[in-house]
Amino acid sequence: MSALPPRTFFDKVWADHVIARLGDDAELLQIDRLVLHELSGSQAVRALAEAGRTPVSRGQVFTVIEHLISTEPGRGPTDSVSKSGPIMIETTRKASRDWGFHFIDYDDPRQGIAHVIAPELGIAFPGATLVCCDSHTSTVGGVGALTWGIGASEAEHVLATQTLSQAKPRTMRVNFTGRLAPGVYAKDMILALIGRIGAQGGIGYATEYAGSAVSALPIEGRLTLCNMSIEFSCKYGFVPPDETTIEYLKGREFSPKGADWDRAVAYWRTLPTDPGAAFDREVTVDCDALEPQVTWGISPQQVAPIGSSVPDPSQAADSEARQLATRALEYMCLAPGTPLKGIPIDVAYIGSCTNARLSDLRAAAEVLRGRKVKAGIQAVCVPGSTPVKRAAEAEGLDRIFKDAGFEWHESACGFCGHIGSDRFADLRVVSTTNRNFEGRQGPKTRTHLASPATVAASAIAGCIADARGIA
Amino acid sequence: MESLRKVTGIAAPMLRINIDTDQIIPALFLGGTDAKGYGANLFHGSRFLADGKPNPEFILNQPPYDRAQILLADRNFGCGSSRERAPKALREFGFRAILAPSFGGIFFGNCYRNGIIPVELPIEIVRSIAAEVDGSGGTAQVSVDVEAQVVVAPSGARYPFAAPTTLRQMLMEGMDEIALTLARGDEISRFREADQARRPWAY
Repeated sequence: MSALPPRTFFDKVWADHVIARLGDDAELLQIDRLVLHELSGSQAVRALAEAGRTPVSRGQVFTVIEHLISTEPGRGPTDSVSKSGPIMIETTRKASRDWGFHFIDYDDPRQGIAHVIAPELGIAFPGATLVCCDSHTSTVGGVGALTWGIGASEAEHVLATQTLSQAKPRTMRVNFTGRLAPGVYAKDMILALIGRIGAQGGIGYATEYAGSAVSALPIEGRLTLCNMSIEFSCKYGFVPPDETTIEYLKGREFSPKGADWDRAVAYWRTLPTDPGAAFDREVTVDCDALEPQVTWGISPQQVAPIGSSVPDPSQAADSEARQLATRALEYMCLAPGTPLKGIPIDVAYIGSCTNARLSDLRAAAEVLRGRKVKAGIQAVCVPGSTPVKRAAEAEGLDRIFKDAGFEWHESACGFCGHIGSDRFADLRVVSTTNRNFEGRQGPKTRTHLASPATVAASAIAGCIADARGIA
Repeated sequence: MESLRKVTGIAAPMLRINIDTDQIIPALFLGGTDAKGYGANLFHGSRFLADGKPNPEFILNQPPYDRAQILLADRNFGCGSSRERAPKALREFGFRAILAPSFGGIFFGNCYRNGIIPVELPIEIVRSIAAEVDGSGGTAQVSVDVEAQVVVAPSGARYPFAAPTTLRQMLMEGMDEIALTLARGDEISRFREADQARRPWAY
């Protein structure tokens, strides 16, 4: 037997997809799955048609209506709070039908946020390359696939060639050691990591999440972890496949079947990182002492344990951090030294590709059961997919949410980004989403990122609250 | 791809880290499937006041920076959302080059595909160019030579930079990336045939 040098999961998957070397810095990669939504996918399909080209491998393209479609119960086929929502939805719908993509329309029982349904339907699988014009495509790396966000021009390129030119990134491994305490979740792990290495910490890297706390995470938690890779500017985040992954994918609609399944599983088991394989950077985060995390600023790196206070910019490590913190506190209307617990909120939001899967809704429902949202607080839940919504309803979670005072919506990207509804304008939101950027959820909206349990506890208290004291 | 070999012009300093694509163009203005029509809303949140009038404090509303073709930025410029309307909006405003210590990865590639060169330079150099520009009231010109891979500051100081070979070549020649890849059709077909035998479930 030839002794191959130990390789990382990333190296193996990358090597298996290289068609050709382009110059000295890029490689032409085979793309196994292209997923498009109406916000950016509509641009890609229109540009392709205008260039007089057609898709080359329609069976590898999946389209879904989820970004701009309304979340209101009883929504119609083009209902959207975005003025140009209807044209973008119709463009995507027509191209999908004309070209014969796997199309999941707004009323399809499989509909949902692209990154929620890609694992849920088995569109993604270990060792696949999957791209989507959306930065949170890194989410799907939670099932051991190599997945990343691309621009609309790149999507047009994939449609026309089923390939993409990419420069190979460096590799980072984040070892989450120890064990999560009850009431601490994948969201807290990833927020703590971003706080540690900064919003730029992942530029030019592909990140593998490893360690005992990751192995112990169910797939849904791994998806949350990988989702926020892009929030430290890392395009690719993944958890190599293990038995949890294989068990999760078995029997899903697009998962391999029969003899293919057995062959696929045998191949997937060869993919994890070999012992002794080298990474360009290694980071360790101890989970034993990890507390729930809440952001206080306008970058996901501006985060702190829930038991702590808003930092004082004058105590910042350097002038840059001071400047950033000062701007953040001004935007967030917060004074240094204010305890995070107790900051009054206006809105509690549960939704998005980060934290709106069934386990997220269960964690929130556990806190909400038998309790009421504080008067005057808007509380909104937008399930991550229609299957998640149906499953939640089947176990009565919708009743718990509604009885507590939460709105219960149809699935879509909803209020994670500001596409036209000013509902959250100039309000303070505690949110299970992924971005607390200025204006992200609306004009002057002040977003605090947290886990579903923290958001639920805060909805009841009317201020940022620790779920561990309640549930 | 729109061609770019060299740009010489006004450079606007915007030295703040983590300027994300939501700030470059908010999601509210991503509407439509058109390739153009985004420049008017570039930096909307900072560029306009609540009543819709231009914010006089914002640098791109101040002459001569309102004619800037080069942006001087800080770390992680263009992080966040993959929206390609971000470089489209910058290009429509007039920008052809962005100098920064680092860029969001998706944005970096999107720039090339929209006629803009993202140039990675250490922050000390970006700050020094910004200081020269400031000292001239903004009128001193900066030059970015894609062909020679060098930035020339108003003082004449020359700063070489590295750029990805393939993307740089495509930008200089204004090449159609899809046509280039389609020209490799046989190679792609051979790969796919062998790969499909090995991983039939991927097809």
